[in-house]
Amino acid sequence: MSSGIDLQESFIQILVSLGLPPSLAKLVWMPLPMLLILIAATVSIFIAVWLERKISAAAQQRIGPEYIGPLGALQATADGIKLIFKEDINPAQADPILFTLGPALVVIPVFVSYLVVPFGQNMVITDLGVGIFLWIALSSVTPIGLLMSGYSSNNKYSLLGGLRATAQSISYEIPLALAVLAVVMMSNSLSTIDIVNQQAGYGILSWNIWRQPVGFLLFWIAALAECERLPFDLPEAEEEIVAGYQTEYGGMKFGLFYVGSYVNLVLSAMLVSVLYLGGWSFPIPVEVISGGLGISETTPWLQVITAALGIMMTLMKAYLLVFLAVLLRWTVPRVRIDQLLDLGWKFLLPVSLVNLLLTAALKLAFPFAFGG
Amino acid sequence: MNLAEGVQIVSLGILGVLMLASALGVVLLSNIVYSAFLLAMVFASISGLYILLNAGFVAAAQILVYVGAVNILILFGIMLVNKREDFQPVANAWIGKAATAAVCAGLFALLSSMVLATPWHLSSAIPAGEAAIEVIGQHFFSDFLLPFELASVLLLMALVGAIILARREYVPDEEPENEQKVLTLRERPRELVAAASNDLQND
Repeated sequence: MSSGIDLQESFIQILVSLGLPPSLAKLVWMPLPMLLILIAATVSIFIAVWLERKISAAAQQRIGPEYIGPLGALQATADGIKLIFKEDINPAQADPILFTLGPALVVIPVFVSYLVVPFGQNMVITDLGVGIFLWIALSSVTPIGLLMSGYSSNNKYSLLGGLRATAQSISYEIPLALAVLAVVMMSNSLSTIDIVNQQAGYGILSWNIWRQPVGFLLFWIAALAECERLPFDLPEAEEEIVAGYQTEYGGMKFGLFYVGSYVNLVLSAMLVSVLYLGGWSFPIPVEVISGGLGISETTPWLQVITAALGIMMTLMKAYLLVFLAVLLRWTVPRVRIDQLLDLGWKFLLPVSLVNLLLTAALKLAFPFAFGG
Repeated sequence: MNLAEGVQIVSLGILGVLMLASALGVVLLSNIVYSAFLLAMVFASISGLYILLNAGFVAAAQILVYVGAVNILILFGIMLVNKREDFQPVANAWIGKAATAAVCAGLFALLSSMVLATPWHLSSAIPAGEAAIEVIGQHFFSDFLLPFELASVLLLMALVGAIILARREYVPDEEPENEQKVLTLRERPRELVAAASNDLQND
């Protein structure tokens, strides 16, 4: 596996050659990828919202947003600007500190989780050894923010919605973690880079989805439940509890919940693509194509193309999954709260345990195919 | 002192102050919900200290287990019970408070004398770093096997207990007066049944 281009090394070398000390050069470099990912995550919301509106409209044989920007692409921007300029209201009986802190606590872990999303061999903010585990740990912080906003709103619907969201989130975290554990067991590492590299080699044939079909479904269902997407959007079931924990919120505080939910959706889709769909790898390995054409892997322009292709593949796979999630939203009816918890505890949990056990057995029996 | 060391020292200070302040808040605040949320902050700052000690896995596990599970269950307990009760002022409450303060001061003195008296041997081994997960796993299945298994038995017991508590089914037709009170769990009578019978009487 070639290392591809290493932007950090080249950037630091350029600065050092300009006369900066290496430590200072690294300090200048450090905020750049973080800023880039922050902007990319924020832009991904606009794309996700536009997709949601357009696909929803298509599913219902409407046109959807049309006038704001080309094909209505700037609709989300208009919504965002409107939310920013709305008055920031604290309900009179609400707890002002917790009411403000709640939405922030929901959004921050989601953005921090982008630390471990890889777009290429060296295109990740940090290649942490605990990688995917960090994401699981961080996503378990979000329910605290939900409980906080549900409680502080001083409204029974909000409290019910917050409690529901938390119950749902901790129930589905367990099958989610067990599905991830089966993948981790095959790749012998928690690092997202290693997980993708373990799926390289035979192109589309070596992706984890063929070796973990049950795990893929489990992970996708649990991830949808974690994002509170429609078959599982009980915390804000509008017929029952108005809007759940969001009931009392308005303006940008409501906007933060909105941002959090879409960033979380895109993040989950990206992690599905990392865990099961080969991450940044092209369906036919780039090495095979370049070898067939007789081009060396270390050719600079080829490396640039490979890197661009990697980013495009990650985003394409992620948005394909977002598309699936939106289609599911208009196809599947909402489950009841007891059905939701039954599905989580009585179906997904046993199935994920069996999946884990089978993976361990297959790993021992066929070490060449299941990562020895 | 280079940049990394400076950042480490500053963040150690910030985390320490944060941890102590929020721990004091947990104990001293009268609103129990604030205390529970501050407890999450204590756990999060402890996890930050683990990161400073190069123990990334332990830090993530701390967040997952303590912030994501234990603390949420505490909050759940508080919010589901949510019994608004005004406490009666107790006469001579200061005796209890003074006794608590004395016990706490004694514990603090004992612990600090232990910390000062123990000759601490700093390990000269190289930190495991990224390989820590494997080292932890090997310890779990060799010399720490017994505590590990005992902890799992404890969790199993808690699980069985939770199932027993959750499985009791309330039969609304039975008269609660005739029920044998021994070995039954206290349960709030369902208001739904009472309301329905009232409606019948009104009709």
